[in-house]
Amino acid sequence: MTFLSFLISGLSLGSVYAIIALGYTMVYGIAKMLNFAHGDVIMVGAYVCFFATTRWDLPPTVGVLLAMVVCTVLGVLIERLAYKPLRSASSLAVIITAIGVSYFLQNAAQLLWTSNPKVFTSVVGNSLIKLFDGRLTISVIAIITITACIVIMAALTWFTGKTKMGKAMRACSEDKGAAQLMGIDVNFTISVTFAIGSALAAIAGVLLCSAYPTLMPTTGAMPGIKAFTAAVFGGIGSIPGAMIGGLLLGIIEIFGKGYISTQLSDAIVFAVLIITLLVKPAGLLGKQTTEKV
Amino acid sequence: MKIMGKASRSKVITYGFVIAAFVIVQLLKSSGNISSSLQGQLVPICAYVVMAISLNLTVGVLGELSLGHAGFMSVGAFTGVVACISLESIIPFTILRMTVSIIIGAFSAGVAGTLIGIPVLRLEGDYLAIVTLAFGEIIKNITNCLYVGVDKAGLHVNFLTDATSLNLSEGGRVIIDGPMGISGITKLSTFTMGFALIMVTLFIVLNLIDSRSGRAIMALRDNRIAAESVGIHVTKYKLMAFATSAALAGAAGTLYAMNYSTIIASKFGFNTSILILVFVVLGGLGNIRGSIIAATVLTILPEMLRQFNNYRMVIYAIVLILIMLATNDDNLKGFLSNLRNRLLPSNLRKGKKGAENG
Amino acid sequence: MKKIFCVFISFVLIIGLMSGCGGSDSASSGDGNATGKNEEPVAVAFKLGGTGPLTGGAAIYGNAAKNGAQIAVEEINAQGGIQFELKYEDDEHDAEKAVNAYNKLKDWGIQISLGSVTSTPGVATSAETFSDRIFALTPSASATAVIEGKDNVYQMCFADPNQGSASAQYIVDKKLGTKIAVIYKNDDVYSKGIYNTFASKAKELNLEIVSTTTFTEDSQTDFSVQLANAKSNGADLIFLPMYYTPASLILQQAKSIGYAPKYFGVDGMDGILTLENFDTSLAEGVMLLTPFNADSTDERTVSFVKKYKELFNETPNQFAADGYDCVYAYKEALETAGCTPDMSAAEICEKMVEIFPDITFDGLTGEGVTWAATGEVSKSPKGMVIENGAYVGMD
Repeated sequence: MTFLSFLISGLSLGSVYAIIALGYTMVYGIAKMLNFAHGDVIMVGAYVCFFATTRWDLPPTVGVLLAMVVCTVLGVLIERLAYKPLRSASSLAVIITAIGVSYFLQNAAQLLWTSNPKVFTSVVGNSLIKLFDGRLTISVIAIITITACIVIMAALTWFTGKTKMGKAMRACSEDKGAAQLMGIDVNFTISVTFAIGSALAAIAGVLLCSAYPTLMPTTGAMPGIKAFTAAVFGGIGSIPGAMIGGLLLGIIEIFGKGYISTQLSDAIVFAVLIITLLVKPAGLLGKQTTEKV
Repeated sequence: MKIMGKASRSKVITYGFVIAAFVIVQLLKSSGNISSSLQGQLVPICAYVVMAISLNLTVGVLGELSLGHAGFMSVGAFTGVVACISLESIIPFTILRMTVSIIIGAFSAGVAGTLIGIPVLRLEGDYLAIVTLAFGEIIKNITNCLYVGVDKAGLHVNFLTDATSLNLSEGGRVIIDGPMGISGITKLSTFTMGFALIMVTLFIVLNLIDSRSGRAIMALRDNRIAAESVGIHVTKYKLMAFATSAALAGAAGTLYAMNYSTIIASKFGFNTSILILVFVVLGGLGNIRGSIIAATVLTILPEMLRQFNNYRMVIYAIVLILIMLATNDDNLKGFLSNLRNRLLPSNLRKGKKGAENG
Repeated sequence: MKKIFCVFISFVLIIGLMSGCGGSDSASSGDGNATGKNEEPVAVAFKLGGTGPLTGGAAIYGNAAKNGAQIAVEEINAQGGIQFELKYEDDEHDAEKAVNAYNKLKDWGIQISLGSVTSTPGVATSAETFSDRIFALTPSASATAVIEGKDNVYQMCFADPNQGSASAQYIVDKKLGTKIAVIYKNDDVYSKGIYNTFASKAKELNLEIVSTTTFTEDSQTDFSVQLANAKSNGADLIFLPMYYTPASLILQQAKSIGYAPKYFGVDGMDGILTLENFDTSLAEGVMLLTPFNADSTDERTVSFVKKYKELFNETPNQFAADGYDCVYAYKEALETAGCTPDMSAAEICEKMVEIFPDITFDGLTGEGVTWAATGEVSKSPKGMVIENGAYVGMD
C-alpha cells in the first residue's frame, strides 16, 4: 500500500514536471535553445490566473484562458525583443540572454506583486478520490494534470507531424536555410513555436499551483530546472520523451525520499539522471545522431 | 585565435593589465581614496576572476558547456577551510597556512574534477551541460549532509547524522555542521593573495593554451573528428582541461570562503554556476582578458545600482540583456562599428579582424 | 566586436571606480529612506542601518523587518527628541551580498546597526561589525553563531537553541503529544538549528521522536513521503521548525491524505494566517511559540498593525514587530546612555555594550525584555494556538 501511495504521489509530482517539460522541449526542438526563462513564464501565468479568479472573481476557465493569452503575448514579445536579434549568434549568447530574461521576470514580478506568498485556489477544486476504505487517496488535480499531459502530448505530436505549420516547424529545426528557400517564413514559424510554448507554460503554471498552491515570484524557478532535467532525461526535443522523463523524475524523487533518505533526495534524482545519460547519451527517447565527417 | 596569433604580446598585455589594475587599486587604498564598498569587494572579485578564467578554459577553450562550476568551488571552499582550521596549530604563519589551504582546496577540487570528468566528458553538448548541473547539485546536497570536526585525535567525518555523533573529545571543534556550513572562519584572504592567485591562474591557463596540449584541446573544440584522426587522444586532453579548470575553481573557492566568517553549501548552487557562466560568455569565449574584465564589472555593477533600491535587480537584468544584444546583434553591431569608425582614427583598429569569432 | 565591448566595459569600470571613490561623501546626503517629516539637519539624527533580503526568495522577511523599523523611526522622529535616519540595504539572503551591503552602509556613515535580518548573512555581517566596532542589534538573525564571541552584537529574537528546547519543554509540560514527528529543512541554518536542540532536549525529557524527515529548498513542494512516514509511525504531533510557506503546504497535504495530527510550530510559523487567500481552517489547532501576535488587543500592537496596514497594505508579521522593537530598544538605550548623533560609531558602540545588559525593554514582542552580556535576549515565548482563524494564548 505504501508502494502504491508513493507511486501515486510520484505520478502527481511527475505530471507537473512533465507538463512543464513539454513546453521546454517544444521550444528546444524548433529553436534549439535552452529557454531558461520558461519557468518564469509559468510563474507569470499562475499569477494572472490567481488575480483573475481570486481578485476579480472570474470563473476558472476564463482565468486559465486569460493566463494563456497573457503568456502567449509575453512569450512572443520576449522572443521578438530578446531572442530574435540573436538568431545568428552563438547558442551560449542566447542562453545568457534567456537567463537575463528570467532575472527580469522574477524581479519585475516582485515589484508588481510583492514577495509575499499567495495561496493559489485550485482551478478544479481540492476533491479527493478515496480507494480501499480511504487508505489510498488520489487527488483530482493529479488525474487532471496527467490527462492534460497526455492530451497535450498527443496534440503536439499530431500538430508537428500532420499540419502544415507543424511541418514548417520541423523543417526549421532541421535546416533553417533550406526551409527558407522552400518558402517557409522562418521567423514567423519560430514565433509561433514560442507562442505555443508559452501558452503551454500558462497551463503548466495553473496546474503546478493547483497541485502545490504556493505562489511567489520564485515559484517557477526550481520546477523550471527540474523540468529542464526531465526534458533532457527523456531526450530533449522529443515530445513523448518529455512526458516520460517528467513522470519518471517525479517517481524517482518520491521513491528516493520514501525508500532511501529524505536528506539525499536531490542527489538521488540527479544521480539517476547521470547514470541514465551515461547509458543512453541522448536521453531515453532521444535520437542518437551520428556525426558525419 | 588572437591568443595563438600574437601569443606572447597578448600574454604580456594581459599580465600587464592585471598588474596595473593591482597597482592602481593598491595606490588608491594606501591613499585612502577607495570606498569601503569597493574595498570589501576586492577579494570576491579576485575569486570570481579566477572562477571565470577557469570556466573559460572549459567553455571557451575546450568548448564544452559546464553548468556546475560552482560545485568545484564548493569542494575547494570546504576542504580549504577545513584544512586551514585543522592546520591552525601546526602552521601558525598565516600566509603559509593560507597557501597550503589553497593548494589543498585546489587539489581536492582537481580530484573531484577528474572523477567527474571521466564519465561526463563522453557526453556532448546540452547533455554534458545537464550532467555537470547534476553533479553541482549532488555536491551541494552531499555537503549539506556532511559533518566534520577536529580534535586532538585528528579529523572526524560523519555523514547524514549530526554534529554530536562526531564524538569529539574535549576541546574539539565542529568545522562543517551540515546545512549550517562553517561558521566562525577567521578572515585570512587579502587582496594581495587574490592578486597572486590571479597571476598564478593566468600563468597556468595562458601557458596551457599556448602549449602543445592547448593546441590539441582547441583542435578538439574546432573539429573533434579531424583532431581524432590525426591522433589526438580525446579523453586525455579533454580531461586535462576539465581537471585544471576544476582545480583552479577549487583554489578560488578557498580564497572566497576565507574572506567571510561563514559559508554554507547552498551558496554554491546553480545560480552561482550561472553567474560565472555569464562572466565567461560576456567576456568572450576563449578571451581570458575579457573574462577578467567581465567578472570585475559584473561583480561591481549590482553594487553600483544600489541607489535604485528595489529596481536594482530589474535594471541589472535589463543591462545584461542589452549587453548581450549589443555584442551579438548584427544591426546594433553595424551601428556601433559605424560609430567607432567615425570616432576613432583608423590606425587604432587595424589587424583585429581575426579575433571576431574567438 | 570584442573591442567595442572592452571599450564599453572599461568605461563602465572607470565610472565605477570614480563613483566608488567618491562614495563616502556623496552617499551621506543619500536617498534617506525615512528621515521623518521634520526637516532637521542630518547631523542631528543617528544613522541607523541594516541589511536584509529585499529581493529574491526570502524577500518577505527582509521587507517586513525594514517596514517595521521604518514605522518606528517615523514615530520616534515625529515625537522630537532622538532622531534616526534609517537605511536598509539588500543582501539577497547571501553572506557575500550582505557584507557588500554592510560596506555600502559604512560608506554612508552608519553609526548603529540593525545587523542582518536572516541568519547566514547575519553571521557574516556580525563578524564585520565586531571588527569595525559598530554596535549591532539584529531583529531576527537567530543563529547562535551570530552573537557567539562578539560582545557588541545583540539579538531581538530568541536564539534558535532557545526555541528548540523551549518547544520540547512546552510539549512535555502541557502533555501535548507522546509520539513526535519532526520535519525540518536540511539546507537552512534556522530550521536545522532549532531541530538540533529540540532533538537533544527531547532525548533529555524522554520525549519520543518517532519520525524525522527533511526537505530542501529544491524539493519543498511535495511532502507526501514525509507525512506518510509520520503517519505510519503513529506520530500524534508534528513539530515544524520552519517558516510558514512550506508549513502551509504541509498542512494542506496532510489534510488531503486524511491525516490530522497536532502541529507545533516556532516563530517562523507566525504569518501563516496572513497568507493571502489561505484557507485558515487548515491551520485550526496549530500551536506555535511566538513573541508577537498581530491580533493582540493591547494599544501599541493595535496602533502598529493599523499603521502597517495603511502603509504597506499587509498584516505585519513577527519580523516587522522585531524590526519595530529594535528601533525602540535603541531609542531607550541611547537615551539612557546619553549618546548624541555627533559621537562616532565606536564611541556609541562602547556605551551600548555597557548599557545593553542593564536595560529592560517593553516592546511588541515582549514585556520586560532583558539581554545577557553575550547578546542573547531573554523574553518569554508565548504559546499560542490558532482557533477560528486567530491566535489564542495557550496559558
